Amino acid sequence: MIPSEFDYVKAGSVQEAIGLLQQHGDDAKVLAGGHSLIPLLKLRLASPAVLVDISGIGDLRGIKSGGDKVTIGALTTHNDLEQSAELKGSFPILSEAATLIGDPMVRNRGTFGGSLAHADPAGDWPAVALALGAQMHITGSGGERTVAADDFFIDILTSDVQPGELLTSIDLPMPSGKVGMSYQKFSHPASGYAVVGVAAMVTLDGSGNCSSARVAVTGAGAKAVRLTSVEEALVGKSLTEENVAAAAGTAGEGIDYLGDIYASEEYRAHLVKVFAKRAVLAAAGNVK
Amino acid sequence: MATHPISLTINGKGQQSSVESRRLLVHYLRDELGLTGTHIGCETSQCGACTIMLNGSAVKSCTLFAVQADGAEIMTIEGLAKDGEMHPIQEGFWEEHGLQCGFCTPGMIMSTYDLLQKNPNPDEHEIRHALHGNLCRCTGYQHIVKSIQYAANKMQGATVAD
Repeated sequence: MIPSEFDYVKAGSVQEAIGLLQQHGDDAKVLAGGHSLIPLLKLRLASPAVLVDISGIGDLRGIKSGGDKVTIGALTTHNDLEQSAELKGSFPILSEAATLIGDPMVRNRGTFGGSLAHADPAGDWPAVALALGAQMHITGSGGERTVAADDFFIDILTSDVQPGELLTSIDLPMPSGKVGMSYQKFSHPASGYAVVGVAAMVTLDGSGNCSSARVAVTGAGAKAVRLTSVEEALVGKSLTEENVAAAAGTAGEGIDYLGDIYASEEYRAHLVKVFAKRAVLAAAGNVK
Repeated sequence: MATHPISLTINGKGQQSSVESRRLLVHYLRDELGLTGTHIGCETSQCGACTIMLNGSAVKSCTLFAVQADGAEIMTIEGLAKDGEMHPIQEGFWEEHGLQCGFCTPGMIMSTYDLLQKNPNPDEHEIRHALHGNLCRCTGYQHIVKSIQYAANKMQGATVAD
């Protein structure tokens, strides 16, 4: 389990990291927590010539609340999100989802930004980012650009972060009104990855009906996607078990399902409906 | 071959080395420093046998390059006992039969160390949650949980029943 040879450079700042990534182009990979990348290197599924270690860039780690949003630095670890008292009030889904990622040692190293940029089809954060309407800040040689979570996940292991660019922080718009959210996951019993995971955020109007919903699934296909048919079916309805089950029954149309030895395409398609229902009901159950 | 100088503190002692970029931390600890208490089980960050403390947090040393630990403070299982006296966690595993073959034990103990520094009085659910990344194929975990409860009690100064 020894990776092929590579060189290692530790960047002291975002600008230095961008410079190194520009210089090495496709030959370089960004190393943060390393808990997605290092396993790939050990299996020689990836063999970059250079690793640019960004873990020492202090500005990229931390959680900042400001007005209508919370900004999470890309290097913020899963454990930081699991433990954050600051986030428990507005975004309880972050702690709920973080607790389900890997194990404590993985959560001590793995990062929020790394997981999003890596875009693993079974990663947990992509579904949560879609449900929360996250905005990704990406820096390159030409400055910074912002990409909505809806446009960020491109394909299997492919996000919108281009060679020579760095995902630096993620904004989560502060929920307003009566909002509930939940992430429900069917974990692979050995790896802990999501066989299927669904994140849901629902907002209720004055009469207690659903005024808006964002529901997203990971693990089903090549990338995390919104379940728009479920969202549309929920709006205007009271979130009773019957109504939620009917909406969840529409989940998964249009997904090109991945099947493997653990879960067939048909099984995943079934799980998407089951977990869409559970996530929406759990979200409805914790509205505040 | 790309090599890099590293300087770090391991079990309280300063250490300078030159390591190849791709050298895994667990191989550095075991093969270069002879600290073979840290075990290699799965090498795929699943089993937790290679768990060490890095800058105050438990991590899997098979999923870290030695060069990433430049400047770090590391504690391995060898750093726990002081002056020939077992650490209360080690004593707990001894007293409560927390091991059979012992292969997973160093990792179990280092994960426990991380748990008890963050949560000195965990309940059984919290203990099991904290051990999620450590696999034991002998004990069925019951005695490991008891060992950790013993250690938590002892570290809080409580009298431990015989």
